Amino acid sequence: MSDILVDIQHLTFKRGDRVIYDDMSMQFQRGKVTAIMGPSGIGKTTLLRLIGGQLKPEQGKILINGQDIPTLNRKDLYKARQKMGMLFQSGALFSDMSVYDNVAFPIREHTRLPEEIIRLMVLMKLEAVGLRGARDLMPAELSGGMARRAALARAIALDPQLIMYDEPFAGQDPISMGVIVRLIRSLNNALGLTSVVVSHDVNEVMSIADYVYVVAEQKVIGQGTPDELRAHPSALVQQFLQGQSDGPVPFHFKAASYSAELMELAK
Amino acid sequence: MIVDKLQQLGQHSIAKIQGMGRATLMLFGALVAWPTPRKSFPLLLKQLYVVGVLSLLIILVSGLFIGMVLALQGYTVLSKFGAEQMLGPLVALSLLRELGPVVTALLFAGRAGSALTAEIGLMKATEQLSGMEMMAVDPLRRIIAPRFWAGVISMPLLALIFTAVGILGGHLVGVDWLGVDGGGYWSAMQANVDFQQDILNGVIKSVVFALIVTWIALHKGFDAVPTSEGISQATTQTVVTSSLAVLGFDFILTAVMFGG
Repeated sequence: MSDILVDIQHLTFKRGDRVIYDDMSMQFQRGKVTAIMGPSGIGKTTLLRLIGGQLKPEQGKILINGQDIPTLNRKDLYKARQKMGMLFQSGALFSDMSVYDNVAFPIREHTRLPEEIIRLMVLMKLEAVGLRGARDLMPAELSGGMARRAALARAIALDPQLIMYDEPFAGQDPISMGVIVRLIRSLNNALGLTSVVVSHDVNEVMSIADYVYVVAEQKVIGQGTPDELRAHPSALVQQFLQGQSDGPVPFHFKAASYSAELMELAK
Repeated sequence: MIVDKLQQLGQHSIAKIQGMGRATLMLFGALVAWPTPRKSFPLLLKQLYVVGVLSLLIILVSGLFIGMVLALQGYTVLSKFGAEQMLGPLVALSLLRELGPVVTALLFAGRAGSALTAEIGLMKATEQLSGMEMMAVDPLRRIIAPRFWAGVISMPLLALIFTAVGILGGHLVGVDWLGVDGGGYWSAMQANVDFQQDILNGVIKSVVFALIVTWIALHKGFDAVPTSEGISQATTQTVVTSSLAVLGFDFILTAVMFGG
């Protein structure tokens, strides 16, 4: 069994005429937490959707366990998805079901286990995210952080090999942020998962990731362990990591020269 | 100027045709599948309740009033010719052939169709559909298919209930209030209503309307722009488009069934 679970080779993806990724390659090691960072609007969520087979790339391969996801037929794609979990930014809990039924949903859909076993599995997953006591609540009654944890319990319900987190820290208070940081790391180790975290929260990501890719301008501009990245020579990577407002990524949106525009108005 | 207009017209037409293509693909994806009764039957039952049973009240009340109005209006005209005994057939035929299927479809579009669109649009906006897909569950089969069948099954039944209540409403006004002979009301109806020509054709109409309204409602929700504005637009479009489609198809079906 190779060490690499997900192997993205020469990926090109366009949305209309806009190129999102241009000949990009990355690899996610089995059993590790790999993070993908980059400024907002560069299509980090798109990358997760490409891995999940919800979008098809223009060119390139996305290999998971050696299977090229974009070329799979519907049946094989759905089979491959059973080994993936994805945590959406909003949680995407089904609003007409309780927390318990949400977590039980994938188990009921894909197995024919008796209800007692399902109950055991659901309570186990809810215990792992600390929400065993909230099983009877409806999603609307949960706080943002709790909803994300409940969605996490659902994403790991069928013990996937790969779990993808879409901006797991966005909009969280410091406590729930800490809880989620700890959960991502501990679930990864306890369940032997391979985790992919897409985020732009530099400090949190650097604290849990084994390997980090920084994506900007349609490709990978820097990669390495968090320590390697901190010492990265690229000015763009440094600007991103340190959160400077101006640098290779300009503060101003592309525009004509300001003085020229003012002169124009004066006329 | 003219070229611009032509271009706009062309773009508009292409967008419409693409939309129809997407709607067809959606329905195809939802319905063409190996049946799994163990999973789909409970889902269908729940939707029959939401779509059908919960629409019952509005159908009963509207049916009653429409039957009563028909009898009142019919009586004033018929009594001028001394033909009050034809009130039964007048009420029954109007309801069976036209008002039952059409008004039920219009009410259904407003009550259940708009709810379906909003529900599915919101599911899309909150990534519930994507989430389901990532859990290897096809939202077309899990969400769209049971709602579609529930609409197609319940609307013809609602139309029949509407018609039956309307006929009773007609009786209430015509016989109990205006004094038309009760036996005459029923016997003239029995003599003039043909099972195939009137009842069956009415049911066929209402099945066609059910297909149209449910399909439009589901497609508009599934295709909605996932923002609050997009969903509100989609909901409005469901009601407007399906009402117009029902009236248009009603004319075509009437021409085919009763025109010659």
